[in-house]
Amino acid sequence: MDDAFKPSRRAFLKGSAAVAAGSVAGAAAADTPDPLITELQDWASYTGAGVDETPYGMPISFESHVVRRNVEWLTASPISSINFTPIHALDGTITPQGCAFERHHSGAIELRKEDYRLMINGLVDRPLVFTYDDIERFPRENHVYFCECAANTGMEWAGAQLNGVQFTHGMIHNMEYTGVPLRTLLQEAGADISPDKWVYVEGADASSNGRSIPMEKALDDVLVAFKANGEALRMEHGYPVRLVVPGWEGNMWVKWLRRIEVVDMAVESREETSKYTDVYADGTAQKWTWVMDAKSVITSPSPQMPIKHGPGPLVISGLAWSGHGQITRVDVSKDGGITWETARLGKQGDSKALTRFYLDTNWDGAPMLLQARAIDETGYVQPTKDQLREKRGENSVYHNNCIQTWYVSAEGIAENVEVS
Amino acid sequence: MSKSLSHVFLPVFGGTAFVLAAAVAFANRNYGQSQIETLETRIEQVEANAAAARENAQAEANRAAELELKVEEIQAAAAERVASGANLTAPAPSHDGIYGLGRPALEEEVAAWDVDVLPDGRGLPAGSGDVWTGEEVFADRCASCHGEFAEGVDNWPVLAGGFDTLADEDPVKTVGSYWPHLSTAWDYISRSMPFGEAGTLTADETYAIVAYILYSNDLVDDDFELNNENFADFEMYNMDGFVVDVRPETEYTEWRKEPCMENCKAEATVTMRSVFLVETPPEGGSNSVMNDANPDELPVFTADGPSFIPTAAPKPEEEAAATPAVQEAAEVDETAELVSAGEKVFKKCKACHQVGEGAKHSTGPTLNGVIGANAGSVEGFKYSNAMKDAAEAGLIWTAEEMAAFLAKPKEYMKGTRMSFAGLKKPDDIEAVIVYLKSFGN
Ligand code: HEC
Ligand code: HEC
Repeated sequence: MDDAFKPSRRAFLKGSAAVAAGSVAGAAAADTPDPLITELQDWASYTGAGVDETPYGMPISFESHVVRRNVEWLTASPISSINFTPIHALDGTITPQGCAFERHHSGAIELRKEDYRLMINGLVDRPLVFTYDDIERFPRENHVYFCECAANTGMEWAGAQLNGVQFTHGMIHNMEYTGVPLRTLLQEAGADISPDKWVYVEGADASSNGRSIPMEKALDDVLVAFKANGEALRMEHGYPVRLVVPGWEGNMWVKWLRRIEVVDMAVESREETSKYTDVYADGTAQKWTWVMDAKSVITSPSPQMPIKHGPGPLVISGLAWSGHGQITRVDVSKDGGITWETARLGKQGDSKALTRFYLDTNWDGAPMLLQARAIDETGYVQPTKDQLREKRGENSVYHNNCIQTWYVSAEGIAENVEVS
Repeated sequence: MSKSLSHVFLPVFGGTAFVLAAAVAFANRNYGQSQIETLETRIEQVEANAAAARENAQAEANRAAELELKVEEIQAAAAERVASGANLTAPAPSHDGIYGLGRPALEEEVAAWDVDVLPDGRGLPAGSGDVWTGEEVFADRCASCHGEFAEGVDNWPVLAGGFDTLADEDPVKTVGSYWPHLSTAWDYISRSMPFGEAGTLTADETYAIVAYILYSNDLVDDDFELNNENFADFEMYNMDGFVVDVRPETEYTEWRKEPCMENCKAEATVTMRSVFLVETPPEGGSNSVMNDANPDELPVFTADGPSFIPTAAPKPEEEAAATPAVQEAAEVDETAELVSAGEKVFKKCKACHQVGEGAKHSTGPTLNGVIGANAGSVEGFKYSNAMKDAAEAGLIWTAEEMAAFLAKPKEYMKGTRMSFAGLKKPDDIEAVIVYLKSFGN
């Protein structure tokens, strides 16, 4: 005991690497002066770009690898396909529009505001046609919401598949939307809003993606949105107007929204029967599985974000979200789910929006099995893959919100794995 | 409605936020305390060695404490900001009556856009079409992607067959085996197909095509005619196969409870490693290579940590240097191994090429017997001019030529229609060539 209090200098130094690394970190001494500091650099001498050079800025060229990517062999054609948000390289919660994932069924179309029409018809007193300008005259709201494709992580049902969080979890983005509550438009047209009615929404592109939304949800928090993160929607996200259906699967967030029809039954369109239904092990299919359950994933370290700095202070960072409301807690395990520590939430999460979490830790350099587990305001705890499979089998394609595991080697390399 | 809700919720939320802020501030003080303690211990240790170091450390500790106070202040202020309004904007005001925006939709306009068909057949236009007409239209407008018999070409959707496979390992979900309502087929085809020419089918053509798809699914006889009158009576094979979201009963009830934090299981073993190692080169594009890494090479985890620390994987150069020793393995085995390695590599080609019995042209030509054959010589495939020129110049797909082509198709043959980035690893190229060789004619 005494010895422990009076460590030899050697022992102290050794111990400090592992225990007190927080205060010695990054202190590797320099042998020679750093020319980046001692020599005059070009950028400190010559002038840079003028204000007239970049009327609309792109990320600096050094960040050009932080882009959406697609996996060619996943689909027959890139026109009816999906790409993935580079969530491994982002921080905070807001997804920049330019790298927010895209999913189209027949390509992204160019539709001018002048050519935009929104019809509302069906069980309404006054079938109406709005122009884009009309939409902007209704009282509007701003909200941050995540949009997750129901097929996010869908490749992983059968086992660890794609090696990168961008590919396993990148069918998600999180933006601040400006829009008019759908209920305002329903009110304007004098819709029949009795609870057994449905609102069928449809896009203007060739895929004519259409979905039926139960009246209760339509009146609740659905937005007819025209701005994201402060600027006009991007073409690939439905410019000039898209639907925002908070907490529910991305396919319902109809882009290029052209028609809202109040109907007395679900239309059972192709996107709500052939697709976006979940086949369970016994062959029965689940329909109307709209809500995206609580989910989280560690974005760094992850296969695309290896630990490059060796043992010592390490920021484990990730995202959590729930279609049922706020994320209230995220736990992180380094040993594949044997022991859990509660992470720090970057900010008490918004409802149905991405929440950033951090576990500020001290890595001893031993391999890890990293996992994150989200808990939402309903008390729902993100399940393991085995728990999900036990309920649903391996063929439900959609709604895989399982706990993800990354194996991190002593070299800091991370790999997508499954654990017992 | 939203207005009254905000009255109910705002004070409550404000209260919660205040309690939270207080808790954060309190936690921070504790944290600061323990950090200072660590610092002090350290100072004592340093003291034994040098008085100068002690002064430095003291100054550092002071600065740290000062910073901490400042951060605490900022955090408290931030918490207050959150408490004063959680939403980015107050809810849009509710409005008595209407705004009078927009204009009445004309009947012709509603008729033009409101074309969806409901499960009970409402929304169908008058018309009819029979299986034979449907077969013709389908061959003309649909078969290039979905196959003559709606069996699907390549990666394009299969529209027929797959009956009673829904509980199998690989369910085949088609119009016939899966779709619960016929209306969905009519609705989707009339509005969204053919892909790239949506909305160009007449009502009669659509009836005929739907009749033909039912016929290719063996659900009707060849003399069947579908029309707006008999439509609603048609019952789909899987009409009872759907239930409404059961998660609330089967999952939420079980999973809404406090989770385990410690000793949650005895050990954690890696049971599977990722199948596809996705390359993310800075310039974009996302090829992937198969990963046959063995989970056994990884440690088992217990509460004490990993069972062992695996040695670092050899770097590529070392790997190359190490191969000669391995080459003594029996040669027959090696070919078999290469063929199976090649089969994995061929997954990258499958999006466009078929090989083996019954292979058909898709985006790319069939590749049976291609090794050693004249380039661009498979009948019935429309090659690019570049490939035709190369063929005329007498290009033969020897293993060498093929290797060069597969490494960088577009560089090897300017203007080739094969839009494939190329195989990076010489091993993969070798393997896929051996694999292709294994298919004679
Ligand atoms: C150029 C290729 C192409 C042609 C030609 C084509 N389709 Fe398709 N078809 C597709 C693609 C791609 C999809 C999937 C679209 C998506 O991802 O939403 C599809 C989807 C479908 C589906 C839904 C399949 C499912 O399981 O959900 C049906 C039904 C269909 N097509 C029928 C037809 C008919 C009938 C025609 C002819 C009138 C036709 N298609 C012509 C490419 C094509
Ligand atoms: C994106 C589609 C695509 C992918 C993926 C693809 N190919 Fe091709 N391939 C083509 C097309 C299209 C052609 C015809 C090229 C032309 O006419 O210029 C072709 C031509 C070829 C030929 C020449 C055939 C002949 O008859 O002369 C070979 C050999 C070949 N591909 C092998 C492969 C292999 C092996 C792979 C996988 C490693 C692969 N291709 C991946 C589309 C593809």
